[in-house]
Formats: sequence, C-alpha cells, structure tokens
Amino acid sequence: MSAGVLFDAPGPRTKVRHRIYGVLALVALVALVGVVAKRLYDYGQFEYSLWEYFVTPDYLRVIFSALLDTLAMAVFAIVLAVVFGVLFGIGKLSDHVWVRWPCWLVVEFFRAVPVLLMMIFFFFWFSIGGGPLTPFWVVVVSLTLYNGSVLAEVVRAGINAVPRGQAEAAYAIGMRKTQVMTHVQLPQGVKMMLPALISQMVVALKDTSLGYYITAPGLTYAYKIISTEGRNHIPTAIVVTALYIAVNLLLTWLATVVQKKLVGEKKILDVPAAGAAGDASSGAKVG
Amino acid sequence: MDAVFSNFDEYLKAFSLTIALFVVSGIGALVFGTILASFRVGPVPLLRGFASLYVTLVRNTPLLMIFVLFAIGGVRIGWNFKFVEDIEVFGWNASAFFVRSCIALTVYTSAFVCEALRSGVNSVDLGQAEAARAIGLPFMKVMTLVVLPQAFRAVIGPMTSVIVALIKNTSVAAAFGMAEATATMRIFTNNNADERLGIFLMFAIGYVVIVEVVAFSSYALERKMKVAR
Repeated sequence: MSAGVLFDAPGPRTKVRHRIYGVLALVALVALVGVVAKRLYDYGQFEYSLWEYFVTPDYLRVIFSALLDTLAMAVFAIVLAVVFGVLFGIGKLSDHVWVRWPCWLVVEFFRAVPVLLMMIFFFFWFSIGGGPLTPFWVVVVSLTLYNGSVLAEVVRAGINAVPRGQAEAAYAIGMRKTQVMTHVQLPQGVKMMLPALISQMVVALKDTSLGYYITAPGLTYAYKIISTEGRNHIPTAIVVTALYIAVNLLLTWLATVVQKKLVGEKKILDVPAAGAAGDASSGAKVG
Repeated sequence: MDAVFSNFDEYLKAFSLTIALFVVSGIGALVFGTILASFRVGPVPLLRGFASLYVTLVRNTPLLMIFVLFAIGGVRIGWNFKFVEDIEVFGWNASAFFVRSCIALTVYTSAFVCEALRSGVNSVDLGQAEAARAIGLPFMKVMTLVVLPQAFRAVIGPMTSVIVALIKNTSVAAAFGMAEATATMRIFTNNNADERLGIFLMFAIGYVVIVEVVAFSSYALERKMKVAR
C-alpha cells in the first residue's frame, strides 16, 4: 500500500492545516539545528585550526589510505563470506543429518554472537603477542563468520525460492544431485540473492568500524589518530561519518542498479536475522 | 571456564547491564521509530522528508560513529548527562555512560524500527484504508484504529530482526565505558589468557540465550497474532 491511500486528497481547509503543521515542524527542526550549532560555536568547534587537518595534504593522505583499508577489509570479508555462505547454505539443505545439523549449529551460533565479541576473542587468541593474524585480518575473519552466516540463510532461501519443478525436471533428465545443485538450482538462486548480497556489503562495510576497539586500520583508526593529535574530536567524527555515508550510499545505488538489471522489480529476499525462530523449517520466506 | 564460574556474580552483573541497555534503548527505539514511521507515511510533506532523510543518514552510518558523536562529541560540547547520576529511583541510579549509550542505541535502532513499520504499513490490505476513508475517518484515526494495529501484527517478524540486532549492538557500548558483557569478557580474557576459549564460549552462550529467548517468544507472538488474509 502506498502512502497516498492513507489519507484523502486534502481540501482547502486541510491544506492550510497541513501548512501550519509544516511550519511548526520547520520551526522545531531549525530550532534544534540552531541549538546544536550554537553549542558547537560556543565551544569553539568551528575554529579553523580544528578543521585545518582536512585541507592538509598529509592528513588527507592518512584519511584516504584509511578509507582504502576500510574498503579492503570489507571486500575481503564479503568475498570470503560468499564462499562461507554458499558452503554452509547448501550444507543446511543437505539430505544427510550429519551435514545439515553441524551447518545449522555453526550458522545459528555465528549469527547470534555480536561481531565485536568475536573480534575481541580472535584478537586475544590469534593476534596479541605476535600471533599469526594482524588486527586487519582479525576484523576480516570476524566479519566473514558473521556475514557468511547471514549469507548462508540468503543462499538457502534463494535456492528454496527456485520453483520445485526445475529440480524435478533436472532429475528427470538424469542429472545427479550435485549437478542439479550446481547447474540448475544455484545459478537461478544466485540471481535472486544478488541484491541481498550487495546490501550485506553495506553491513560488512559499516561493521569494519568496530576494528576501533582492537586497533585495526580503517577510518575509525584514522579518527582515533587525528582526533588525539588535533584534539578535534567533533570535526573528525563528522568528516569520517560523512565518508562512511557517502561510500554506503554509493553501494546502495549500485545495489539498486544491479537489482533492476538482473532481477527486474521483484522484491529483495527477506531473510530473518539471527535465530529468528523456526527458520530451519519455514522454508523460503520470499516475496 | 573456571574463571567464569568462580566469578559468576560478575558474569551475571555484566549480562544484566547488557539487558538493561537493551530494554531501555529498545523501548526508546520502538517509541521514536513509531513516531518516525507515522511521519514517513503522513500527509505533511516536510515531516515525510525529514523522516526519510533521518532514515537514510542513520542507516548508512556505523553504530560506532553514532556512539562517537554522542558519547565523545557530546561530552566535548558540555552535553555529558552527568545530572542523571543525581536522580535516584528505588535506590538505583543510571550512570552518565549508561544514558549516553542508550541515546546512541536509540538513535541508531529507531531508523530500522521505522523501516520495519513502514513495510508493515505497506503490507496492510489496500481496501482496509480505503474502507476507513470511505466512512470518513481522518488520517490519525485511519492510522490508529485501522492501519497501525494490523501493521504491528504483520511486522512482528522483521521487528524481531531489528530487536535481535539491538541485543548484539549493545556490545558496542563496551568501547565507551560500559562494563557490559563484551567489556567484561575482555577483562576476563586479559586476566586468564589460558582459558580464553572457555570464557569466549560462556559469554557467547549468554548472548545466544538472550537472542533465542526473544526470537522464540516473538515467534509464539507471531503465530498468535497472525492476521487471516
């Protein structure tokens, strides 16, 4: 239902009333912004010396390389997560209990545990004191496990959404079970998974910021360095946040383009989050 | 695991703080998110624009940066919420850290609550709103009497995802001075490096239990409230 159905086309009196509401809302919003701006001004947050860092080439280089680190972490994490997701998503659909059950357990576990908790654990186990993983890879591994588990659900739902007749027809012409999966079900499922996959990239990219807590590189680390050195916490936070938003909006735009190109205007797969009860049995939740 | 069992009261205290963060910011996000959702589908263009701008900005910002803006940025301009430490209710009072964490979590989660509710509104049958308008109900009554009650029922599934995400997101407060479960795990691990796997599993299980309790009760609720269509 679109919003337009919820109310009648306004008549002259209602139009005036809506205009009054609009003006009141505008006044409230402007007052809110004004209060914040005045506060920032009073505490000297608009002084040029605090913002100078963002026109200084050396600091811009720091921010740029931090942005690249963030993107690299997100890309590694999402590529590995896709592998993880396909393996465990198909595993959850296996006919064998001894495959299905462990896959279910792994996916449920990693979806229910906070990413930050995993990061701290891996950091202490594999990174601190000259362990094999740098904080960069700790972030990648944690994000792979979490996003991979979410993608396992996406894969499972995507495969289940392929009409049953497709698999039956494939069996009828004598394909084996593995062939049916790799030649018929997965390729068709992938088309439906793509948009969900790209929007999961936004999640992965946002979550790289958690590396802040374990000194991993990335934009939040740049925030830490610059704000400590320049004592300009608010300006740096604003710039870093703006960068995150810009990158994510770009990704979302890409997701929309891909979705329109490959899937038409169909709805994105609706995958319930961690432990949403009964998702082992409820089959495809697809619009 | 010995480290956890011999300090079990600290373990429980940490998780009760996690649950407190979750409950307070959960209620805040549900209330604020509902208001945003009704702005978003309402007849006033300016409010519609504001709500959709809010959702777009907040959804694309990492929670950690929202925490930075409210918990570190806020303090720099004198908004530290110290005054709550003087307010005592039944011998219990919140720390300024707690309030700042709840504000950040509420701001972040409201955007997702708003989106979930909006999709719920979209799933209500067209004829319902048309019938309500046909008998002459104004927007507020169409929403409160006809559309929202059905939307809330339709939205239990997606809303559970939002709430479950909130439970896990309370862990970010660990980086901003709250000794909740994740921060406590870090302390435990620091002090008992030889038992880190057991400690991790114990804390992970704590989160899994909370998540599953919420998920299963919402599943029961969903089945009970299902709208026949």
